Amino acid sequence: MRFTRTSKALGIMAIAAALALSGCGAGGGGEATASVDPAKIIKAYSNEPQNPLLPANTNEVFGGRVVELLFEGLRTYDADGKPVNALAESIETDDAQTWTIKIKDDAKFTNGEAITAKTFVDSWNFAALSTNLQNNGYFFESIDGYADVSAVTTTTDAEGKSIDTPAPTAETMSGLKAVDDSTIEVKLAQPEADWSLRLGYSAFFPLPSAALADPKAYGENPVGNGPYKMAKEGAWQHDSQIELVKNEDYSGPREAKNGGVTFRFYTDPQPAYTDLQGDNLDITDVLPSNALATYTSDFPERNSTKPIATNSTLNIPGYNPNFQGEAGKLRRQALSHAINREEIAKVIFSGTRTPAKAFAPPVIEGFTEDVPGADVLTFDAAKAKELWEQAEAIQPYDGSVLQIASNTDGGNKEWIEAVANGFKNNLGIESEIQPFAKFAEMLNLRKSQSLPGLARAGWQGDYPSLYNFLGPLWATGASSNYEKYSNPEFDALLKEGLGAKTPEEANTKFNEAQAILFEDLPGLPLWDQARPIVWSNNVVKAETGWNGGVLYYNIEAK
Amino acid sequence: MVSYILRRLLQVIPVFLGTTLLVYYMVFALPGDPIAALFGDRQPPQAVIDALREQYHLNEPFWVQYGLFLKNLFTFNLGVDFTQQPIAATLGRVFPVTAMLAIEALIIQAVFGVLFGVFAGLRKGKLFDSTVLVVSLVVIAVPTFVLGFVFQLVFGVHLAWAKPTVGANAGWTDLILPAVVLGLVSFAYVLRLTRASVIENMNADYVRTATAKGLSRPRVVLTHILRNSMIPVVTYLGANLGGLMGGAIVTEGIFNVPGVGNKLYQAVLRGEGPTVVAIVSVLVLVFVLANLLVDLLYAWLDPRIRYDH
Repeated sequence: MRFTRTSKALGIMAIAAALALSGCGAGGGGEATASVDPAKIIKAYSNEPQNPLLPANTNEVFGGRVVELLFEGLRTYDADGKPVNALAESIETDDAQTWTIKIKDDAKFTNGEAITAKTFVDSWNFAALSTNLQNNGYFFESIDGYADVSAVTTTTDAEGKSIDTPAPTAETMSGLKAVDDSTIEVKLAQPEADWSLRLGYSAFFPLPSAALADPKAYGENPVGNGPYKMAKEGAWQHDSQIELVKNEDYSGPREAKNGGVTFRFYTDPQPAYTDLQGDNLDITDVLPSNALATYTSDFPERNSTKPIATNSTLNIPGYNPNFQGEAGKLRRQALSHAINREEIAKVIFSGTRTPAKAFAPPVIEGFTEDVPGADVLTFDAAKAKELWEQAEAIQPYDGSVLQIASNTDGGNKEWIEAVANGFKNNLGIESEIQPFAKFAEMLNLRKSQSLPGLARAGWQGDYPSLYNFLGPLWATGASSNYEKYSNPEFDALLKEGLGAKTPEEANTKFNEAQAILFEDLPGLPLWDQARPIVWSNNVVKAETGWNGGVLYYNIEAK
Repeated sequence: MVSYILRRLLQVIPVFLGTTLLVYYMVFALPGDPIAALFGDRQPPQAVIDALREQYHLNEPFWVQYGLFLKNLFTFNLGVDFTQQPIAATLGRVFPVTAMLAIEALIIQAVFGVLFGVFAGLRKGKLFDSTVLVVSLVVIAVPTFVLGFVFQLVFGVHLAWAKPTVGANAGWTDLILPAVVLGLVSFAYVLRLTRASVIENMNADYVRTATAKGLSRPRVVLTHILRNSMIPVVTYLGANLGGLMGGAIVTEGIFNVPGVGNKLYQAVLRGEGPTVVAIVSVLVLVFVLANLLVDLLYAWLDPRIRYDH
C-alpha cells in the first residue's frame, strides 16, 4: 500500500500536535554500549519469497537473500564484489574452455550429507534440465551440452501465440563431469574468460539429494550448507516471516557475527520504517519514497548509502524512423546531451543515484570513465541543440510527441518529467511520460516492439562482471535485449572478450565493445544506484555488498 | 423460523455467483500479463513462463477460466496461488487474524459506543453530552489512515506502549492498537446512534408508564429504554462486521497485520484472480451470515417482529 506524501504530512502534523499536548519528545535514554552480543537475533525487512526456496529457482530479491544465507557455493563475493573461493579449493583453466575445480573435502550439509563433486554435477544438471522449469536454468548456458538439456518444442495455439514446451534430448550436460569425489571438470561450449566469476551466484549452489527427489517439499524447509540454517521445521511462516539461526558447523568466509536473522515480511516499506523508528525492526534496505529526503536525519549515524551494481538506461527503439540512419544517430546524441543527470540525481534522488559514466556502474571490475564516446553523457544544452539541428537538416523529425514509457508504481514519474522537460527546453520538441500501472504491462509492449518512444530500463548485476552489463542487454538476440539492438561488430568484440586468456584482456575487449555502444546509443545510460539502508539502535554495525544486498552475516548487534 | 432461515440461506447462492463472477471478471480485465509481472527485467526461459500460464489457465478465455474456478470451488480444491502456496491454506491463515482484529474492534466500538451513548443520551445537553458529541465528530472527520499513522507514532514509537506493527504470530494483545484505530470511526457512529435512540425512547409512552408504575430508575433504563434503543444499533453493528472484515485493508497495511486485507491487496496487485475471488467469496459469506444474524436478533430484541406467517 502506498500512502501519498500529503497524507503522510497530515499525519505528521497531527503527531506534532499530539506530542506537544502530551509533552513528550522523541528519542530514548540508554547509554550506548558498544559490546556486541554474538547470539542476538537480527530482525530484518523482507517480503514473502515468490517460489519454494530452491537456489536455481529463486530469481527475486526476497527469496534470494534467504537462499544466499542458507547455501554456500564454490565461490562467494566479498563486500567489494571480489570473488573469493568458498567450497572451491582451486579453480583452474588453461584455455578458458575446460575448467578443473577442486572441492574442499569435509564439506557437509546441515543434515550431515557430504558435499562432493557429484553433488554439484547433480545439482547443476537438475537446474539446467528444462522439464524442471527452474527460473535460473539459463545460467548454465555456457556449459557444453546445455542446448540438449534445455531444448524446447515450440507450438502455436489457436490464436497464433507461440508456446514453448520443454523437450530435452538429454538428461545431463555432456560438458559436466565428476572426475572423482573432489574434482569437477567443466567443458564450456566456447572459451569464456569470466566464467568462474559467476560461480558465486545462487544458481550454482549445491543441493542435497532430498532436494532433487522432492523439490517442492524441500523448498518449504530447505537444508543447506551456508552460514545460517532454518530455525526449525516450518520456520517459513507464509506471509509473516522466515526465521534463520546461525549454522554452528559453518566454516567459510561468511561466518555469522550474530545469532540469527528473522526476515519479517512487509507488504509496504512505510510500516517497516516506522518499526525501525520504534526499534521493533533492526534493518531495512527498502525505504519508502517519502523517506529518501529524511532518512539521514531520522537515523543519524545509523544509515549508510553505498554505490551498488545497478544502473538505469533510457532505451531508444531502433524501429522508430526518427532514430534511424545518420539523422537518428545525431538525435540519440542530442537526447543524451539534453539530460541534466547531475541535477536530477541531486534534486530528485537526494544523492541515492549518481550520474552514469558508462554502460556499467563503477563498482564493477574493469569499469572506466574513459571509454571513447562517453562524453556524450555530459549535459550540454548548446551541443544538444546543434546536433538536433544537424539531424533536422538530414531528415526532419516527424513532429510526434516523444513518449517516455515507464511504470509509475515505483516512483518514476518525477525524474521522467524532469528528463522530458530537458528534451522540451533544449531540443524544442514535445515530450511526455507514457505511464503504465505495472512494469509487466510495459514489458510486453517492449517485447513486441510496439512502444512508440523511449523505454525506461534498469539492470541489476547477477555477478560482478562487466560482461553481465553488456551481453544480456545489448548482444544480438540476448534474453533482455527487448528493443532488439543488433551490431555484429559489438557481438564479435564481446565474443573475443569472453575468449580472452585473462580477465584484464577480457575487460579491454568489453570496453572496446562499449565504445560501439556509445557510438550507436541503443540506450542512454542515466545513473548508477546507491543503496540506502538504515538500522535500529540495537545494531552496532551493518553494511551492504556489491549488489546492494545487506551483508546479514556481518551485522553486529547488542 | 426454520423455513425463514432456509429461505435466507438459499438467497446466498445467487448473491455468491453474482459477486464472484463480477470480481473474477474485474481481475481478469486488469491490464498486463500477471506471469510476466512476477519477474522483473530478468525473465526466465520462455518455457517456464508458458508452463505457468498453462498451470493457471491464463491462455483460456474468460468463461473457461471462471468455469474452472467454480468447479474447483465446489470440489473444495482451490488450487495454488502465484507463489505456489495452496490458496486454502492461505485462507486458513489470514481469516483468523482478521477475524480476531474485527471482533476486537467490534467489542471496542459496541461496549464503549453504547456505554458513552447511553450516558450522553440520559444527560442530554449537559457537559458530558456536549464533549462526547464534539469528540465523536472529530473522530468521524479524520480519515482512518491519519488516525492510524498518529496512533502508530504516538503510542507505538514515542510512548512505546505497544509495538508499532503487528507482524507474525499476532495475539489478542498485539492487535489492540490496530483494533482501536479500526473501531474508532464506527465507535463514533454507534455512540451517536445510541444517544439519539435513547433520547427518543426516553419520551416514549411506555417509559413514562414504567416510571409512573414506580419501577426503579435502573430497571427503567435497562429494560425499557436500552432494549428498545438497541434495534438500530444492532443493525449497524451487524452490517459493520462484514465491513470490518473486508475494509481493514488500510489499517492492516499501516500496522502490517498479516490478515485478509493485506493478502487481498497483494493478490490484486499481482492480478491473481483465484486468490482474490477466494477471499472475496468468504467475505460474501461473512456479510450474508452477519446480516442473517442481525435479522434474527431483531426478533429477540422486539418480540413484535416475527418471521413466520
